[in-house]
Amino acid sequence: MEHVFDSKAAPGRRAVLSPMVPEIFRVEKYRKETLDTYTLELKPASGTGEHRFGAGQFNMLYKFGVGEAAISISGDPTSPNPLIHTIRAVGTATKAMAKLKVGDTIGVRGPFGSCWPVEAAKGNDVLIIAGGIGLAPLRPVIYQVLAERRKYGKVFLLYGTRTPEDMLYRAELEKWRARFDMEVHVTVDRASSEWHGNVGVVTTLLKKLVLDPDNTVAMICGPEIMMRFVAMDLIKKEMTLDRIYVSMERNMKCGIGLCGHCQYGPTFICKDGPVYTYDQVIELLARREI
Amino acid sequence: MLEPVVEIEQQVTFKQEQLQTLFTVLQKRGYQLVGPTIRDGAITYDELNSTADLPVGWTDEQEAGYYRLARRKDAAYFGYVVGPHSWKKFLYPPVLSLWKANLQKGEVIVAPQAAQAPKYALIGVRSCELHAIAIQDKIFLQGEYTDPVYKARRENAFIVAVNCVTTGGTCFCVSMKTGPKATSGFDLALTEVIDGKRHYFVAESGSKQGAEVLAELTKQQVTAEEQQAAKDLMEKAAKKMGRQLDTTGIYELLYRNVECARWEDIAGRCLTCTNCTMVCPTCFCMTVLDTTDLTGQNAERKRHWDSCFTLDFSYIHGGSIRNSPKSRYRQWMTHKLAAWQDQFGTSGCVGCGRCITWCPVGIDITEEARAIRAGDKSDKATKAI
Amino acid sequence: METLEPILAEHPFFKGMPPELLKLLVGCASNVKFEAGDFISREGQEASEFFIIRQGKVALELFSPTHGAITVETLEDGDVTGWSWLLPPYRSHFDARAVDLTRAIRFDGKCMRAKLEEDHNLGYEMLKRFVRIIAERLSATRIQLLDIYGTRV
Ligand SMILES: Cc1cc2nc3c(=O)[nH]c(=O)nc-3n(C[C@H](O)[C@H](O)[C@H](O)COP(=O)(O)OP(=O)(O)OC[C@H]3O[C@@H](n4cnc5c(N)ncnc54)[C@H](O)[C@@H]3O)c2cc1C
Ligand code: SF4
Ligand code: SF4
Ligand code: FES
Repeated sequence: MEHVFDSKAAPGRRAVLSPMVPEIFRVEKYRKETLDTYTLELKPASGTGEHRFGAGQFNMLYKFGVGEAAISISGDPTSPNPLIHTIRAVGTATKAMAKLKVGDTIGVRGPFGSCWPVEAAKGNDVLIIAGGIGLAPLRPVIYQVLAERRKYGKVFLLYGTRTPEDMLYRAELEKWRARFDMEVHVTVDRASSEWHGNVGVVTTLLKKLVLDPDNTVAMICGPEIMMRFVAMDLIKKEMTLDRIYVSMERNMKCGIGLCGHCQYGPTFICKDGPVYTYDQVIELLARREI
Repeated sequence: MLEPVVEIEQQVTFKQEQLQTLFTVLQKRGYQLVGPTIRDGAITYDELNSTADLPVGWTDEQEAGYYRLARRKDAAYFGYVVGPHSWKKFLYPPVLSLWKANLQKGEVIVAPQAAQAPKYALIGVRSCELHAIAIQDKIFLQGEYTDPVYKARRENAFIVAVNCVTTGGTCFCVSMKTGPKATSGFDLALTEVIDGKRHYFVAESGSKQGAEVLAELTKQQVTAEEQQAAKDLMEKAAKKMGRQLDTTGIYELLYRNVECARWEDIAGRCLTCTNCTMVCPTCFCMTVLDTTDLTGQNAERKRHWDSCFTLDFSYIHGGSIRNSPKSRYRQWMTHKLAAWQDQFGTSGCVGCGRCITWCPVGIDITEEARAIRAGDKSDKATKAI
Repeated sequence: METLEPILAEHPFFKGMPPELLKLLVGCASNVKFEAGDFISREGQEASEFFIIRQGKVALELFSPTHGAITVETLEDGDVTGWSWLLPPYRSHFDARAVDLTRAIRFDGKCMRAKLEEDHNLGYEMLKRFVRIIAERLSATRIQLLDIYGTRV
């Protein structure tokens, strides 16, 4: 019997099992990251489903009876199980998922979309710039680069959030900061005087960074405005557009290029993106309401 | 049928009474006939039992924002142009249950819905509509992911095309190179000829099944005069096209006019009612809807046709991306005539004119394209974004 | 006494400054050091000076009676404190407080204004540098204002 959206029935095409039918996963761990953000560790409820993904890809997560949300995978691509997602509770589905408990189930479709250029960046310096929840889709890059640290030049992580309390993965940030082979700078938009770190938007961290523009790959993820400002500063630092990567966000209903919702100019973000080189999007970003 | 057309067979003619035989032959082969029939003051596509269900002797008068049925002087079966429906409603159902899920002892069990694949014989498919189907084939069957429901329905479908000898006030297939004559993508193609007292069809088959079905009809070898009569009708139709759209450089034209003043002008008229997208035979956008029953134990996910003209369409937390009507019309028209080429290697418009006829305020894509061209300041082809 | 000139020449703020102009400024400069917690300037008080930071960290703060001290920006090695000394009424807009042990060069406001007035070439060189900083902070402030990490952007 052929099932709705069972692409097994389409030999020659990408053989993702039933891209429109969620697979059931179980919450193994639930960790609160910040006031409104939490991390889920998921394992397939049955079977031994091998789940592989590329840094930058996302899943459609389904909360029973409520709905779906596109959420990036924030775990380690070199050890993809359990499946890890960090989610900010902003609306119907993401708030409902915040109420999940260990042992509860959740539907997963994916992984979908394009990847960060982690392979292509080998031999280059890697500049990772994240804002807010944008660190979640970039964490897989950090894991993957550190797993083969020798293959890269300098590694920078610049991370900005609204307040110190909004910072994700604080323990890991500390660990990365302590490494001698990685430069980590964090900043917040505002803080009380107890905060000892930087205050200022994430672009202020770039000011003092000395870059080798022809030998650096930059990967940026955060609110669109932040990505535009950061990219502009990198261009000022003489980086070419094809060395700058950003991750775009639009409404998504299918994840497989068939619903039309995520269209971005000539592309579909769910399959041509979410990760784009800056030269692919610079013209689009300059226009409103695309 | 899905395979590329086999050699189009020698033309034959059959008398109008044989049309019913054709219907019966198809029904015997297990096809549900669907095609034109009058409903709610329009010629719509619906299930047919016999030729009596066809809009015999009726035609449609169409203009921007205007549609009326009118009596013909003859008893033509296919003497109209196109109505508000298109074949996508059979191949790409407006509402489809994707799966159901229920909670059993706290565990979610997902049950994919079995793909329903009715066998439809599409009766009276116009050339522009064949092209629209070919475009949806690209979308649903030739990408990275395929739509198995569409595939099954498409593979099962038997297509009886009808060449256009009557043109509507809003169509422009000649500009889009999609008609009026059906050249591929059908099982059978008919030209209806009413010549004084004679009322007959010139027929050709475009597939093996088509030839087999044709073999069961009482028919004659086509004569030179009959062939000429059919040809003349089509040529006359082509000359009477209600609209034209100059497609020269339309891709570059739209991409470089993302910010032209005309969008604002259109926005002053557009009601963002979504009609144009619903009637368009190539529009494919959909959304999904999750529901639970009152017990909260059973959930279902359904797929619905959707439209880029709604605010919700582009909603992300914080607000909609395409807030202004201007940006939504621009998205639609630029998608149809430009982005579609990037995405699927074809235009997204086949010139059927439905969006013009069924727009309550008569917004006309050909007129808008003309206005954008007239206001186009740069003649140099700027880099497409 | 060792002159401050080489130290100034090395500081990013003075990058590209013609040496003969830089020389004119040395007379207004002095070496200073702040312990962590020291206030460098106070909101509303006279801005009789500005500092270029050689090493350390300075927080620009606003104090709210209900929220306590709120840091709006931090400055580090290579940064400059502000431009209130340049424009009447020469009053600071923020509290500037050393977060860590901070070494800086202090420039006397009155002395500087006289020099810049006297030699417009010098004045223009200095203004270019301050305008760049003002532009950077303005742009950063605008982003900050948008609260881009919130859910409404
Ligand atoms: C490629 C991609 C990766 C993402 N990765 C993450 C991540 O790792 N962590 C995280 O917390 N968030 C991520 N997001 C954002 C996340 O998808 C939205 O926050 C989420 O869809 C909001 O759904 P909701 O039902 O809670 O909100 P509501 O506001 O109730 O949403 C209603 C509907 O609007 C749509 N919608 C709303 N906001 C968005 C949005 N931002 N993007 C797409 N559709 C939206 C959805 O269709 C949703 O069903 C990502 C988005 C994209 C496109
Ligand atoms: S855009 Fe209008 S004319 Fe073109 S195919 Fe769609 S409905 Fe027909
Ligand atoms: S163009 Fe016409 S049919 Fe389309 S949304 Fe606007 S008013 Fe409705
Ligand atoms: S999410 Fe449906 S087309 Fe991209």
